[in-house]
Order: sequence, then structure tokens, then C-alpha cells
Amino acid sequence: MATIKIERDKCKGCVLCVDVCPYGLICQEKAINDQGYQYVVLEDPDGRCTGCTLCAVVCPDICIEVFK
Amino acid sequence: MSSGKRILVKGNDAIGMGAIKAGCRFYFGYPITPQNEIPEFMSRELPKIGGEFVQAESELASINMVLGASALGVRSMTSSSSPGISLMQEGLSYMAGQELPAVVINVVRCGPGLGGIAASQGDYFQAVKGGGHGDYHLIVLAPASVQEMYDHTILAFDLADRYRNPAMVLADAILGQMQEPIVEREEEVQEPRKPWALTGAKGRPARHIKSLLLKEGELESHNRLLQEKYREVQKHEIRYNELEVEDAELVVAAFGTSARIARTAVSKARSEGLKVGLFRPVTLFPFPGERLRVLSARVKNFLVVEMNTGQMVEDVRLNVSGDASVFFYGRPGGAIPTPMEVYERIVKHYKEQ
Amino acid sequence: MKPVFSKPKALNDAVMHYCPGCGHGVVHRLVGEALDHFDILDRTVGVAPVGCAVLMYDYFNCDIIEAPHGRPPAVATGMKRSRPDLIIFAYQGDGDLASIGLAEIVHAANRGENVTVIFVNNTVYGMTGGQMAPTTLLGQQTTTSPYGRNLNTDGYPIRMAEMLATLEGTSYVARHAIDTPANILRARKSIFRAFEMQVKDMGFSFVELLTTCPTNWGMSSRESIRRIKEELIPYFPLGVFKEKEVADYI
Repeated sequence: MATIKIERDKCKGCVLCVDVCPYGLICQEKAINDQGYQYVVLEDPDGRCTGCTLCAVVCPDICIEVFK
Repeated sequence: MSSGKRILVKGNDAIGMGAIKAGCRFYFGYPITPQNEIPEFMSRELPKIGGEFVQAESELASINMVLGASALGVRSMTSSSSPGISLMQEGLSYMAGQELPAVVINVVRCGPGLGGIAASQGDYFQAVKGGGHGDYHLIVLAPASVQEMYDHTILAFDLADRYRNPAMVLADAILGQMQEPIVEREEEVQEPRKPWALTGAKGRPARHIKSLLLKEGELESHNRLLQEKYREVQKHEIRYNELEVEDAELVVAAFGTSARIARTAVSKARSEGLKVGLFRPVTLFPFPGERLRVLSARVKNFLVVEMNTGQMVEDVRLNVSGDASVFFYGRPGGAIPTPMEVYERIVKHYKEQ
Repeated sequence: MKPVFSKPKALNDAVMHYCPGCGHGVVHRLVGEALDHFDILDRTVGVAPVGCAVLMYDYFNCDIIEAPHGRPPAVATGMKRSRPDLIIFAYQGDGDLASIGLAEIVHAANRGENVTVIFVNNTVYGMTGGQMAPTTLLGQQTTTSPYGRNLNTDGYPIRMAEMLATLEGTSYVARHAIDTPANILRARKSIFRAFEMQVKDMGFSFVELLTTCPTNWGMSSRESIRRIKEELIPYFPLGVFKEKEVADYI
């Protein structure tokens, strides 16, 4: 059981996290955040996130927190 | 107060002695004639008292090492001569903008360019008008003796700390190289607390020292505050010396070595019955312009003597009343005006009244 | 559930001004984690460069000074010599360190100043709008090398880590890439080691980090990450070039 919390309004939509997630659980939204970027969200209905932290490791905006 | 014991000291060494007396323990410098005795003195003396001497790779590095040390709240200094001081202008502008105190010694040689190693006063404009980019001033002291090389170095540290601004001692090759007896100061020098210094953010919010101010209006406000500070300096720190100006019909104005030379000429003129006085600015910034204005209500003839082609003369002209005449005698490029030359100019302009 | 990955305490919550996909944020985090790890945040003073990272004082919770362009190693020298009890790090870009500040970095390294220098190499001047840097690769187009960097007129890109490793005065010199998670973790280890060298009075430590500048490379974040592997790493090889086991200090 693990998950991530993405600070929506700090995300700049660089999508580097999308590419490193082993299960493809992070998606970019069409909507924009306060900064005007299409932010990313976790879509993990089946609870497949393992808390591997790869998304947080590559995030340049340090806006992903990982919980296990 | 002092015991009054006189010791024979070279001007450049007196600067090192003054710096150490002022509590300076960190010196950063790069060799250049005619000030090499200062780094040599500091490299010899500082390790004995727990200080640090670094021979920097350039004057650019020297001034930035001073900037770093100063930001941590310690007294530090560098010294150089004209071409090296030119390289320091970047750092001096940053330090003025960041309101960092430090002492910079300029043992002026002649220019422009590599010029020569003989004494000159050709760096007056650079020293008193800012020198680097942006609206700022250094506090500038002009010693005229080896005793003052010692005293002004201590004073420069005090003024730099008091106003959080770089202070320069504007000497020259003659003052740096000559020996004279001096009396060392005995009482301790008090260093002020520096609550702005970077010391590690232990038990307090992090502190930043910067000059990049990007928010709308922020930099204008900062500039206004700096100008307010310079006005305070002008209000409280003007220093000058006068000799026989009370009844003078002609006043010779000169700073540093030129004032020493002019003094001999003024004495000779006096001994021959000419009513001549001497006015010597000790602080070049703040410039004692107000005193000149007051003097010029009565004295209508000024002779400015400089070892350049006419720099301080502009500040004299700016300050004396409109009906006063300001004459100039100067020799640039390492030439030294002789007392006789100055005397002849005094006589010439005295007769022109 | 408990947090297993959070922002280091050394960094505050401000939104960083860096462009999407820019590597500075990751490097800031790694430095912040090192300050947390060694518990040195409250005795650290950082030296900011001129360039995109000049605003790093808006993000770090430690004392920071802004140095003139290229002079952080000199400023850091003045600091460490006067307060050796403080941890001093300089954070510099490639224009700052490898061009205008080349003398300062070489001599601070050669003196073996006990400071840590973090060197962010993205092969371009970022803040001024994408001009050619001393590290710009041959053929790379920038706003001042519109036909690509030309060997005959611009010379070769400078390899700083290798150059500094030749100096007797350096104690730790490494280069890493901020691209894949594995490379970022290697960079983290080196940055930790660099600060550890300083904490242990081991002398001058230097970590070069190859990072992206998607904006000035004219690429997406994804393409930029790929460029690091395909173009930067072949010219700027990764690794620890030097690691002294014993300090030179007596």
C-alpha cells in the first residue's frame, strides 16, 4: 500500500514523472493549475503504486511526496 | 592617548600596522608596485595573531574574498595600486549595493594604462565619484603623512562599519614608500556588533545579502536609502585641515602629498608677506565643499594643486561662490610639483587679484 | 502510511522560478538533502552565482550571499578563511564557472580551499536567453552560435571536472547527470560525499552536474532528458574523477 501526493499548483507539467513511473500511473490533465500549467495527477484506482519514489526523484519542482 | 613613543615606519607598513590595530585579521591581495610592502607585512604578521593572509589570483579575486569575509561580519581588507583598483571596481559596486563594509587601500601610481610606478593623484575621480557601475560612493580618506596612513586605516575600518559601506584610503607611491616617525595608538579599537552578518541561520530565519532587486520599485527605494546614507556621511564625517586661512587672500587647496608640497610653498609665501592659506580635504568623500563655500564668501582666489591634470579642482569649482576664481596647477604622469613651482603659481595668481 | 520521500527541510515551500523540466530544481533538492543529512543547515552559508540560480536564496533555508558573476569561489574563500567553522558552498552555472569565473574556480581549487562547489552544466547561458557557453557542444545552435558551435572559431567545449581533477589541490571531483533516476541517485551520493569532505576538513570538493535547459535548447523536457544521454554524456563522461582518502592539511 503506497501512494503519492502531487502539489498541483507547483507542478509545471514537465511530465518527467509520467515517463519514469513503472506502471504508468501518472497522467497529465487537460486542465491548468494556478501557474497556467497542465499539471499531472496520480490515477491509481487499483492501488498499484509501490512507493518506488522514482517520480519524486526526477521531479524538478519537488512537488511529489511519497507515502508507504 | 598614547605613551608617545615614536617609531620610524614606512608608509605601507604603517597601513598594515593600522589594520591590525583596527582588528583586521583577514587580508586578501595581489602584488602590485608600489604597495607590495602591505601584503608582505600582512603575510608576515597575520599568521602570528591567528589571522589569515591569502595571496589571491587577481585583484578581482581579492576584492571578492574581502566581500565574502566582510559578509560574515569580520574586518577584512585588501590593498592595491591604480590598475589593480580598476579591476576591483566590480566588487566595490557590489559591496556598496549590498552595504558591506571593508577597507581598500589604493597606493596610487600613475596612469592611464600600465602608466608607471611613480606617485600620482590621477585616481581621484575614480575614488570619489563611485568608480564602478551604479549610483554609489565609497568613503574616501586622503592621508598626507605616514602617521595618517596608520590613523586613516583605523578610521577607515570604523567608518566602513558605521555606515556599512566600503571605505578607501587614497594614498600614493610617495606616502607608501617614505619613512616617517609615527606614534601608535594605545587604546583598544571597538568593533560594532553586526546583526546583519551571515553567521549560519542558527536560531533565526535565514538571512540573504544581495543587490539584485527585481520587484517593482524595490531597487529605486534601495537607491534612495543609499543616497540617504551618503547624506548622513556628508553630515557627520567631513574632515579637513586648514593653515592660515583666517586672513588669507589666496587659499591653496590640495590633498595628500600635494598638500605637503603646497604647505612648504604657502610657508615661503607667508614669510614673504603674502596672505596665503592652505586648505586640505582629509575626507575626499564626503568632500568638505560647504567649508569651501563659507571660505569663498571672503576669499576670492583659490589655487588647486594636484598630481594630475585637474580632478579635485572640479569639486572646488562646484562649491566656491560664483565670483571666486579657481586656478589650477597640476603635474600628471608621475611628475611631482616642486614647492618652488607651487610658490611661483601662488605669486602669479596673488598678483592677478 | 508514512512519508518516505518529502522535500528536505533545507528548502522552503516557494514555487521555484525555473522553467518546466529544468534541472536546477533537482540539484537544489539534492543539495538540500545533503544539508539535512549532515545536520549543517544552521551553520551553512551558500554563495549564489549570476545566472538562473541567482535566486536560489528564495528557496534555501540557509544564509546566502549573491556573488558577482564568476566570483563565487573567491567569495567562498573569503568566507571559509574567516569562519572555518561554517560550511560554505558555491552554486554555479557553466557561464559563471567555466567562462567569466575560470580563474577564480581554478585557483580556489588549486589552493585546496575547504569549500564545496556545485557546478550546473547545461551547455548554455540560461538567464540571458540561450547564448553560447564554454560548455556548448560542437555544432550546438545557440543565439550566439546560430550556425552551430564551430571548432575553428569557438574552440572545443571545456571539461571542467577533468581539468580540476588534475590539480593537486582538489580532494573530490565528480561529474553526474540529472537525467535518469539512477543517475540522479548517483549525483545525490556524490553531492553528499562532497559536503562530507568539507565537514571532515578534507579540502576542496567539486561536483559537476549535466542538466537540461529545455527552454534554450528548444526542446521538450522529454527530448532534453534524451539529449543528456545521447549528446552530453558522450562528451562529458560521468564518474568520480578524484577522491582523496586523506586530507593534505597538516
